[in-house]
Amino acid sequence: MRELRVDPIQCQGRGLCAAAAPALVSLDEWGYPLLADGTREPITSADERAAKRAVRACPRLALALSPR
Amino acid sequence: MLTTAQRPRLLTSTEPGWHAHIRAHGPLPPWPAAPSNRLLLEVEAAGLRGRGGGWFPTAAKMRAVMTASHNGGGPAVVVANAMESEPASLKDATLLAASPHLVLDGLVCAAQAVWAQEAILCLPQDNPAVPVVASALAERSSRGADPLPIRLVCPPHRYLSGEESALVQWLNGEEARPSMGKPYAAGVQGRPTLVQNVETLAQLALIVRHGAAWFRSAGTQAATGTTLVSVSGAVNRPGVVEIGVGTSIVEIVNRCEGVSAPVQAVLTGGYGGAWLPAALGELPWSPEDLAAHGGSAGAGVLVLLPGDSCGIAETARAVSYLAEQGAQQCGPCRFGLSALAAHMHEIAQPATSPFDQRGAAHLSSRIRGRGACRLPDGASRLADSALEVFADELSAHRRGQCSGGRQVLPTPRRKGLA
Ligand SMILES: Cc1cc2nc3c(=O)[nH]c(=O)nc-3n(C[C@H](O)[C@H](O)[C@H](O)COP(=O)(O)O)c2cc1C
Ligand code: SF4
Ligand code: SF4
Repeated sequence: MRELRVDPIQCQGRGLCAAAAPALVSLDEWGYPLLADGTREPITSADERAAKRAVRACPRLALALSPR
Repeated sequence: MLTTAQRPRLLTSTEPGWHAHIRAHGPLPPWPAAPSNRLLLEVEAAGLRGRGGGWFPTAAKMRAVMTASHNGGGPAVVVANAMESEPASLKDATLLAASPHLVLDGLVCAAQAVWAQEAILCLPQDNPAVPVVASALAERSSRGADPLPIRLVCPPHRYLSGEESALVQWLNGEEARPSMGKPYAAGVQGRPTLVQNVETLAQLALIVRHGAAWFRSAGTQAATGTTLVSVSGAVNRPGVVEIGVGTSIVEIVNRCEGVSAPVQAVLTGGYGGAWLPAALGELPWSPEDLAAHGGSAGAGVLVLLPGDSCGIAETARAVSYLAEQGAQQCGPCRFGLSALAAHMHEIAQPATSPFDQRGAAHLSSRIRGRGACRLPDGASRLADSALEVFADELSAHRRGQCSGGRQVLPTPRRKGLA
């Protein structure tokens, strides 16, 4: 399964990822994305489009979707 | 399980000079003429695991470095980590001051195992072992003892400067902040880099001399050999003891001439470790046995908390220290850790607080696993264990009572990175 990963050093908590894919990404109380395993989350094929939207939305290039 | 009555292996030499070292341990076998994986196989057979806190199998790490080196990474670099970031730890400085040559032998052996051409020893500026190590290095170079150059460098002493990616950043001329990079693949000057704790290296120097079977004659099945434990708090003779892995906590304390006051709990591993109730004193000191009960062997720190200390207040101070020492670069760690520290200080106050431990537990789970390094994970584990082990203390606080204010956890003044 593919994985959505956040680089916590690059991420500035602006939350554009959550705005682009609200059903997939939620934010913590400080505005940083909450992923299932801390800095990564398995992505089902049904969620791939949303994950790609989140990746594209991030101005800091902090999100990445692992190759298949 | 062969654990009891273990004769010291590392802490034998009483004098740090070359002659005493050779008398105690004999010379190293000669450096092989061609690259070979014999040493790596011996380390694997010995079951050596890292003593810097993670207990990661050393042979696996060496393999990863070799693979990166073969796959275009170029000649490897080995780094001896003597940063000893844990404030209650003394073992690395003690080992280096007593047996610098054993550590340096180990560094040379590690270089041989991964066929490195450069070796670096990182020791904090303020460490009393600096002059001892410097003269040991001078002795070695005047004898032409080593087949490769060993460089002594002195990074600033902070909690994070011992984390391996931060150490590599510092060696590359940056601030000592963790990175997302993997030192084994691209570390010092972009080269595959093997970072090992100095105790791990000293153990390696003994494996090379005496073999895997000898090494395994102490310790448990899963965690072989002896290990160093820094014991402090309510004991009569605080200091560093060498034990077979799997020796019980009570026996470790007996080696320190017993407790100096009634003990309510013990801190295991360090500030990145966890509290255990004193009732678990019979537990064997091994990473597996401790973890099974919520503890941690970590960097070999054991602090005995006396009855007249408040475990919540002590934890609050330790978490504050970690928050101050954080690199302020990952949001959840930067905001969550200081919020957790503030919350722990609130619940450390008897009666006055509108906060409760549910808030602390929430913050603790919010930071776990979400940083570039494992500092927030350690702080989270420490806080969770405190909420559990000191549950009675928390109820007492709600009634306006507290066990007392005796402070046993050190929080050295070190410059943070903020
Ligand atoms: C916040 C933090 C601080 C650390 N500080 C030290 C240290 O002072 N000394 C050390 O040997 N390892 C330290 N480590 C572990 C190192 O990153 C690394 O795993 C270790 O040096 C590897 O050596 P070993 O496999 O021989 O244990 C630290 C890890 C973290 C997350
Ligand atoms: S858009 Fe990028 S920088 Fe902003 S919160 Fe999401 S991952 Fe972080
Ligand atoms: S997790 Fe915390 S200490 Fe570790 S790199 Fe990120 S901000 Fe720094």
